[in-house]
Amino acid sequence: MISNTAQVQRSVFEQRTGWALKPEGACKGDVCIPLASPPEGDTVDLASLTEQMGLALVHDADHGLWAVGPEALGGRALATAEAPNLTLPTVEGDIFELHSLRGSKVLMVAWSPY
Amino acid sequence: MWQAFRNAHHAEGFELITVGMDTAGVEACRPFIEAASPEHPSLIDTHHRVAEQFGVINIPNAVWIDEDGVIVRPAEAAPAPPSMRDGDRQSSLGDMGEMPERVMAIMGEAMKIESDPEAYEAALVDWITNGADSEFALSPEQAIERSRPRDDSTSRGAAHFELAAHLELAGEHEAAIGHFRQAHELVPDNFSYKRQAWSLEPGPEGPLNRFWQGPTEGAEADWPYAGDWLADVKEMGAANYYPAFQP
Repeated sequence: MISNTAQVQRSVFEQRTGWALKPEGACKGDVCIPLASPPEGDTVDLASLTEQMGLALVHDADHGLWAVGPEALGGRALATAEAPNLTLPTVEGDIFELHSLRGSKVLMVAWSPY
Repeated sequence: MWQAFRNAHHAEGFELITVGMDTAGVEACRPFIEAASPEHPSLIDTHHRVAEQFGVINIPNAVWIDEDGVIVRPAEAAPAPPSMRDGDRQSSLGDMGEMPERVMAIMGEAMKIESDPEAYEAALVDWITNGADSEFALSPEQAIERSRPRDDSTSRGAAHFELAAHLELAGEHEAAIGHFRQAHELVPDNFSYKRQAWSLEPGPEGPLNRFWQGPTEGAEADWPYAGDWLADVKEMGAANYYPAFQP
């Protein structure tokens, strides 16, 4: 996720990273990462939270941007087999969510025009 | 080809979604999508979210997700189904008459790339037919285990790549290059990160532009990246471009 502030809304962090911030820690699927200093209130401090979760945080000071990298739990791209709710625009410009296809067997094919 | 496969199996509860991984976005992807006349969702992924969330590192790659939203095969090389190949496939490179030397060299290497479209299609059909009983449907533990290796460098590289895409879209091309280079260094096995960056550098005018992915003749010193498509593929060996399909 990209932010132009060092603190973000809790809901934005959760929606964008797929991690739910609960009393027991940061949770995704069956996995929970305990947090020694859980965020309080509606905003989270990216530096503190990403350090506790083992997420990369890159700060581009020249452009006033922060980027949070994905988790690397268990040394694998997937921390859980539960598919993330991939949310992207369609070619028509609508916002599509992967979870809308529950009930179907889905093949997601990544391609490029180059 | 995928559209035909999707139509053949849609009534069995199968759906296809395609994800165009391109920072150049909708306008770059649109002509290819429209040529396929898809009836399934066609998504645009400017920041390579599918790399971040699913571990996609090259294209074409595919992920299998069951009816409950559980991944039964993580991202892997996914050749298009040969049974649906249409006879008069339009060449995306246009007139093949006079090809620059580099393009001939690229095509030469590309022809050595190995894949097994028959095996992949057979596995997919087996899963569509047999669901969880298919030998090709992995358990959650196996799906996790088979997903791409990842460490702190991968996470950091993904953050740099996202910044690169963001800056590129904001018109800050030089700044984007700096972040693309970091992503390449931190995640060397993500070939999509490389191809994306290379494809955004000027190539010759016309349909070859995005496929050139390397220095232009006479301007080699201007090439801002450590590698290019031809050099990298020769180094890795075209036969290693895709890992073999593992049932």
